[in-house]
Amino acid sequence: MADPQCRPGNASHEQIHLTAVDEFLAWGKEHSLFYLLFATACCGIELMQAGGPRYDIDRLGMIPRATPRQADLMIVAGTITHKMAERVKLLWDQMTEPRWVVSMGSCANSGGPFSKWSYSVLNGIDKYVPVDVYIPGCPPRPEALIDGVMALRERVRLYRTTGQRTKTPHVVAGIEPAFGAHHEKPEQKT
Amino acid sequence: MTVEATTPSGETMQLSMGPHHPATHGVLRIVVESDGEIVQNCTPDHGYLHRSIEKIGECVEWPMFVPYTDRVDYVCAMNANLAYCLAVERLLATDPATTVVVPRRAEVIRVLVAELNRISSHLIAVGAMAMDVGAYTPFLHGIAQRELVNDIFEKLCGQRLTYNYVTIGGVAFDLHHGAGDEIARFLDQFEREMVRFNRLLTTNAIFRDRCAGVAAVTRDEAIEWGLVGPNLRGSGVDFDLRRDVPYGVYGELGVRVPVGQCFAGRRGRQGDCYDRYVVRLLEINESVRLCREALKLLPPKAEKETDPIGGWQADVTKQLKKPPKGSVHCRTEAPRGEMGYFLVSDGTKTPWRVRVRTGSFSASGIFHKVMRGTFLADVVAIIGSFDVVVPEIDR
Amino acid sequence: MTALAAEPVAARMRQRTPSIEARTTENGQPFLFVAPADLVLLLTLLRDDEDLRFDALMDLTAYDLLKYPAKAPSDAICAVWLLWSHVHRHELMVQTHAARSDCRLPTTSGVWPAAIYFEREVFDLYGVHFDGHPDLRRIMCPQDWVGHPLRKDYVYPATYHGVSHLRDGQHFESQPAREAR
Repeated sequence: MADPQCRPGNASHEQIHLTAVDEFLAWGKEHSLFYLLFATACCGIELMQAGGPRYDIDRLGMIPRATPRQADLMIVAGTITHKMAERVKLLWDQMTEPRWVVSMGSCANSGGPFSKWSYSVLNGIDKYVPVDVYIPGCPPRPEALIDGVMALRERVRLYRTTGQRTKTPHVVAGIEPAFGAHHEKPEQKT
Repeated sequence: MTVEATTPSGETMQLSMGPHHPATHGVLRIVVESDGEIVQNCTPDHGYLHRSIEKIGECVEWPMFVPYTDRVDYVCAMNANLAYCLAVERLLATDPATTVVVPRRAEVIRVLVAELNRISSHLIAVGAMAMDVGAYTPFLHGIAQRELVNDIFEKLCGQRLTYNYVTIGGVAFDLHHGAGDEIARFLDQFEREMVRFNRLLTTNAIFRDRCAGVAAVTRDEAIEWGLVGPNLRGSGVDFDLRRDVPYGVYGELGVRVPVGQCFAGRRGRQGDCYDRYVVRLLEINESVRLCREALKLLPPKAEKETDPIGGWQADVTKQLKKPPKGSVHCRTEAPRGEMGYFLVSDGTKTPWRVRVRTGSFSASGIFHKVMRGTFLADVVAIIGSFDVVVPEIDR
Repeated sequence: MTALAAEPVAARMRQRTPSIEARTTENGQPFLFVAPADLVLLLTLLRDDEDLRFDALMDLTAYDLLKYPAKAPSDAICAVWLLWSHVHRHELMVQTHAARSDCRLPTTSGVWPAAIYFEREVFDLYGVHFDGHPDLRRIMCPQDWVGHPLRKDYVYPATYHGVSHLRDGQHFESQPAREAR
């Protein structure tokens, strides 16, 4: 019994990990970002494809929720018009703190192709709700979305451990396609 | 369903579905007045995705509008590109001096990509309808196959969703090396996959009984309410623009048109949700056949031809600075039915008016009629069976 | 082409609807032009005539003629009906003009119910009031939107409910600027 190695809970067959409760919660939170199933336009199809079998965003613990009250994360996928923007604000208001917003695609970032001549499109959802991660692209590849989620996880961890929200938003850039035709080596032309 | 729920009590409840609702395919809002479980009245509310595409058409130059057509209907962007480009070509053809000749190879490639995109669009349609009525797995099977179509398109033009591939006068890029084999391989495995899909969903008794007899649209109603495409054919009207007003090389391919004929059996009625669903599935099979036929028609690339696909014909760009004055109407068969462009030109480099007529718009016009008297839970099945895509309604 | 020649149709209908004219656009597309007073009667006749049988309304739209460089300049709103016959497989275009100041036309939703939605859209985007329409509300824009956006003299609003469309330092390139280009 005098063996100093033999402390309670640390024997090789007991598998107990000692940690602070906060860290444990942060770990759990980080790996279960439930997102609001909410798609407005073209990016919504890419969001669906990201949830599909090839990209399988569920493996990151991201499960779509139909109601904002159960969601941690809102992915604004697609063009936001003035008529819609007030609804988006309403949805965001219903989410519980801490809540996160990812702006997916050029339209939600800045109006995209509709920014110049359209009378009804809002140029950027950040006029209504604060955005944590911007993902450019029209539409972005699912890899870009996953990259944005990874960047968001860093923020979630930081917020949980220090209680601080990072003020400056993150912008995803330079995505290496991991699947699909872009990933394959170009075939030799004959 | 209990007896109390189906007997009218005289008290109505107002229920607002959407614009954020998982089963409304985007940002469609439907205000339903129901008496118990029975829908008494329903008012669709549109415009949550009104992006003023028709106004943008009046501000940009003729070729610059092609990327916007992608966004009119992003589920089948190739067909949307094709519809606009055909309309502009028809406008140019009204003056012999500005007529554009599309190379034969480009015509065949256009049909090939349009049919491939029809397959992937219908996969979303039937998968999403199944998801709305509670079967999640078929949707994932559809998405998995759609990824393979996206791969082909990505190799072809570098985009997964919004292609900007069909240009005025041809297509932007020639088929990549080995594309024919790749498409043929895809079609072979896709047909095997569809057998599994049908076993999973189409012949599923729960799904069939859920959709049978719901929201039947008769033949005359379908015509006078202006339904188009699979929704019209589901009601038994034998009409397809690809066969009856052929464009491109569709005339040579001999399109076979499936029509709804009460597929659900004893419990069904002609033109119900199940008929519309089955017509879409049969159209997928037809598209597979058309793709194979188009691959056979594809002319070999001649060595001496400098521009076999007519992608960026120099004289087309010049003619589009000064197109003929007047108007033109061009109709094409997109997956969601007729996509018709009505163009008015004032003889300058920007259009005077670009009007897009889409299938989802007229389909949503009949919602309030077919939903009256159905169960509340059928509302999502009806929206799914009409296959509305919201930017097509709102534009 | 499946477009029907306009002249024989006009000759056939002239007795009942005297204001009918067979015209062609500048690029030779035939269409029927009719005064608003005769519009509903003409469309009903076109629908019910045994040899014509235009049983489907394929499209109903409009365009603004303000500053359109035509031979006879006008500032009217030109409304367009595109008809299709599922029986005889032919199509026809019917046009009429609505004055810009008092923008009124009779509704055709009694002829084809499909027109209900199309007319709502034309009302929203061009401000054409369809008399007798069962449910004439804005369809695309919010109900409190000001102006009719597809008119050529439409001025883009700077804000909606106090929120600007634009990013900082961005400006609209609206219709008047486009003409100068």
